[in-house]
Parts: sequence; structure tokens; C-alpha cells
Amino acid sequence: MTTRMAHSVSIQPVRMAALLMAAAMLMSACAGSATPSGSAAANCDKGALALKTKGTLTLSTDNPAYSPWFAGGNDGATIFNGEYGNDPNNGQGFEGALAYAIATKLGFAKSEVTWIVTTFDQSFAPGPKAFDLFLNQVSIKADRAQAVDFSDGYYDVAQGVVTVEGSKIAGATSIADLKGAKLGAQIGTTSYQAILDTIKPTTEPAVFNTNDDAVAALNAGTIDGIVVDVPTAFYMRDAQLTGGMIVGQLPQSGATPEQFGVVLEKGSTLTSCVDAAIKSLKDDGTIAALEQTWLAEKASAPILK
Amino acid sequence: MTATRSARTGTLVAVISTVAVATAAALLIGSSTAWPEVQRAFFSGRYFSDSLPQVTGAFLVNVELFLLAELLILPLGLLIALARSVTNPALAPLRYAAMIYTDFFRGVPSILVIYVLGFGVPTLNLPGMPRDPFFWALVTLVLIYSAYVSEVYRAGIESIHPSQERAARALGLSRLQALRYVVIPQALRRVIPPLLNDFIGLQKDTALVSILGVVDAFRKAQILKSSNFNFTPLMATAVIFLVITIPMTRLVDRLAARDRAAQLGQTR
Repeated sequence: MTTRMAHSVSIQPVRMAALLMAAAMLMSACAGSATPSGSAAANCDKGALALKTKGTLTLSTDNPAYSPWFAGGNDGATIFNGEYGNDPNNGQGFEGALAYAIATKLGFAKSEVTWIVTTFDQSFAPGPKAFDLFLNQVSIKADRAQAVDFSDGYYDVAQGVVTVEGSKIAGATSIADLKGAKLGAQIGTTSYQAILDTIKPTTEPAVFNTNDDAVAALNAGTIDGIVVDVPTAFYMRDAQLTGGMIVGQLPQSGATPEQFGVVLEKGSTLTSCVDAAIKSLKDDGTIAALEQTWLAEKASAPILK
Repeated sequence: MTATRSARTGTLVAVISTVAVATAAALLIGSSTAWPEVQRAFFSGRYFSDSLPQVTGAFLVNVELFLLAELLILPLGLLIALARSVTNPALAPLRYAAMIYTDFFRGVPSILVIYVLGFGVPTLNLPGMPRDPFFWALVTLVLIYSAYVSEVYRAGIESIHPSQERAARALGLSRLQALRYVVIPQALRRVIPPLLNDFIGLQKDTALVSILGVVDAFRKAQILKSSNFNFTPLMATAVIFLVITIPMTRLVDRLAARDRAAQLGQTR
């Protein structure tokens, strides 16, 4: 685990108080090591887990929660409001169901699980987290792992390209066909990086606050296509776009496949327990079955070369 | 040379008190056990130097946007202000239109305007309607800030004592001429500081363009932030904005002081 060295305090003569304060904030650091990280002895007994709320596993995702990762609409939702707010409490959708499967492996009954809303930015902001586990299609990356703990990956992600009939990439069959297109992605996603690394388009990609905004831009014709994880691409085609169509999926750019992982507080003692739970859910076929139920269409997107 | 000595003493006291306050603040912040974590997340040297060139490159979008917007807002805001100050009863509709315009665009959040214009209007698919998100961001900023700026102009015009206009009329100038040669020049001089205030606001609001997908400085910083789970790129953006706005503020302070000195000189 990487720790950052403490810098010594040095005060330089400067003219303005504001500048000096800013500089002092940057340079000063109290002695001592960074927060301890790494897992302690893996005691994954339910009673031994260091939880945010004793006896309750606090799960979290963003609001709105999107299909097919969460599903089942808004019925009975107490915290997830809004038209697209799929209620995670119903355990539907791939991540919704997976979250309960992990909870069960850790020994929690459905009544001992609670959900809270955490925005993407909050999930990696410094300081103590309000959640035990955060599932929100977060891709595991080494840089990101300096700020939070990741569980082992629970889903291999491929990036897909979705467009609408009549767009200039509607008939595209190769990556070369996409080079001249104005493509869009949601901020914070690895999809944006995939556009840059794999497609290398001639026009700068557009980056939106949410996938909904990207869909609005595609409908408005200000972009030609959206790059997004394949399951979401199918959801966009089926539920959000008029005349939507899947162009295909991008090949993996790196040597190792991109994976979604559970986000935990940096140095959480739960991480190794969640890893064990995910491993056993892989081994017993649960995760494959959940993929089959919620993300089955993945195979039907042709891989673009 | 007591004057110089007392000035020197003043500077020394200012430096000492500044250093003392800053040190106290730094020690207070540094004493938090969570400071290393905050420092890593917000003030990481590595992420700062990585992100600064990228954010600076994207800042050109903001510069282009606010320069174009300011050029359009200055005359448009003045026209709206003049429309609001017409007294001819026959032109009342013009006055009401200007009033409704300023009420509406000052009252409605800019984010809603940019959504409707940037996502809604191109969806209409009308022939000849631009689809460029930059264009719609520009229109949004011009609409909203013209409303603010027109009120600044109006306040400036109304602050000129009516005796000025009456004196001009007495000299044989028409009402329009009095406005053009006597009232407006004086009003403009007075409104420079509040105008600058609005323009600083405008410069920061250019980040709204990112909603429509355009990668400006703020959006670039957000991309880097999300990519690495580190907030330092936002600090790089703050530095770039400050580098532009602080010298501008100082420049206008100086212009205003010079203008004041010149006016006092004339009246003496």
C-alpha cells in the first residue's frame, strides 16, 4: 500500500496573506503516517465486522440508480425518489441483486441491510464514509485505489457504442468508421477514456454530467453516438432512445479486462471479507446466473475491430 | 525622513501580522489528524502538475466563450437598459418587454436555460437551427448576463443627477443627444466596477458549457478527478481562474481610481 511522506513545514516570505495561507496549507503537514491501510486478520464473522451501524450492513449507490444495474421502479421507495429512481431495496437489477447476495454471504438477513444515497464524488471524497459497501458500476483502477478500497471485480466490463437510426455512424461496422464521429460519454466513466484510447476520434468527445444528458444530446443530434458500458447501451436502446441501435462493442484496450468492483472506505477491514464473498458467489455460479438474468444481451453486441 | 520610517514600520507590522495569522491558520489546519488525507485528496503535487497543462488547454474554451459573450452583452445590456428608461407613452410596450426580459432572465436559474436551449431547441430539428453546443452556451450566457448588465446600466443612468440632462437640454441638445453625450458617458464611468463584478461572475459561469458536453477547464478537471479519485485537478482550475480574474480586478481598481482623480481635478 502506498503511503504519502509527510513534508516538513517551511515558511517563505510572501506578500499577501491569502497567498501565504494557501502555500502554508500546501506545504505544511503534520508528522505521522497516513491512515493505516490493508486488511487486518480476516475475521469475517458477522459479529466481528467493523460496520458503520452496529448489526446493520449499510449499502449504498447513487440516486437515480439506473437499469439494468438496479431495476423494479420506484414502488415503496423511501429514499430513492424520482422517476428513474429504481429502488435498490427490492434487490432487483444486477447490482441490486448482487448486493443482497454479498450481504447474505456475510451473514446478513434482508432486514439487516439498509441503503443510503451516495453520489459518485462522495464515494471517494476524503474522510470517513457513511456506507459499508458502495456499488455503482465503479471501474477498478490503480490510481483510484489510492483513495478507496476496491473489492475484487464482480463484472468484466466492455464498452459499447449506441446510436440512433439515421445518424452518421448508424451503419458503422469497424472502429475506423467511428473516427470521424462526435461521440459522447458520461463524466467519471472509463467510457470517455475508451473513446480516447481505442477509437481515437478526430473530434473531441463530448462529456456529460449524466447518461440522461448524453441521451438528450444524441436525441438532439448534437452528438452522433454514446459510448457506455454494454448493458447500459442496451438499456438506452430499449428504454431511452427512439430508433436507438447498438453499433457494437469495443475490444478491451488493456491487457487485463476492466472490472467493476465494490467501493469501501480506504483500509476497511471488510474488504477481504467482501472479496471472499464475491469469490464464493463466482464459484457457486451465482454471479453468472445474475448476469444471465439482468445482463444477458451482452453477447449479442458485435465486437468492433 | 519620518514619513518613510513610519511607512516602513507600517509595512513591517503588516508583514508580521500576516505571517502570524497565516502560520496560526496553517498550524490549526495541520493539527487535524485527517490533514494528510485531505492534503492527498485536494493538494497532491503530482496530480497538480499532471493536470495543470491539460486544464489550461481546456481553459481556452472558457476564454473564447467569455470574450465573445462580453462583446455581445455590453451593447445588448445597454439597449435593454435604454428600452426600460423610455418615457414616451407610445413606447410603453417596449418598456414592458424589457422589464419582463430582465425579470425573467435574472430570476430563472441559468442551468435551466442552458438545458432548454442546448438540449431542447436542437431536438426541434428545424432547418438552419445550429446544433453546436458552444453556440447555445453562448446564447444562454448572453441572455442571462444581458439582463444583469442592463440593470447595472440602468442604475448608472439613474444615478446621474437630472440637472445634467436639464442643463444639456437648456444648451439646445435633444433628449437623445443629451442621453448620448451627457448622461451615458458619465453613467458608464460609474458602472465600470459593478460591470466588472458581473463579468467575473460570467467568467466563472462559462463552466455551464460543460453541461452540454463541451470539455472546458472545469469539465476537464472533473474528468481527471473522477479518473483518479483525487480532487487536486479542481485546485488547478481554481488557480487558472484566479490568474485571470485577480489582475483584471486590480486593473479596473486602478482605472477607477485614475478616473476619480481626474474628475476631482476638473471640479477643483
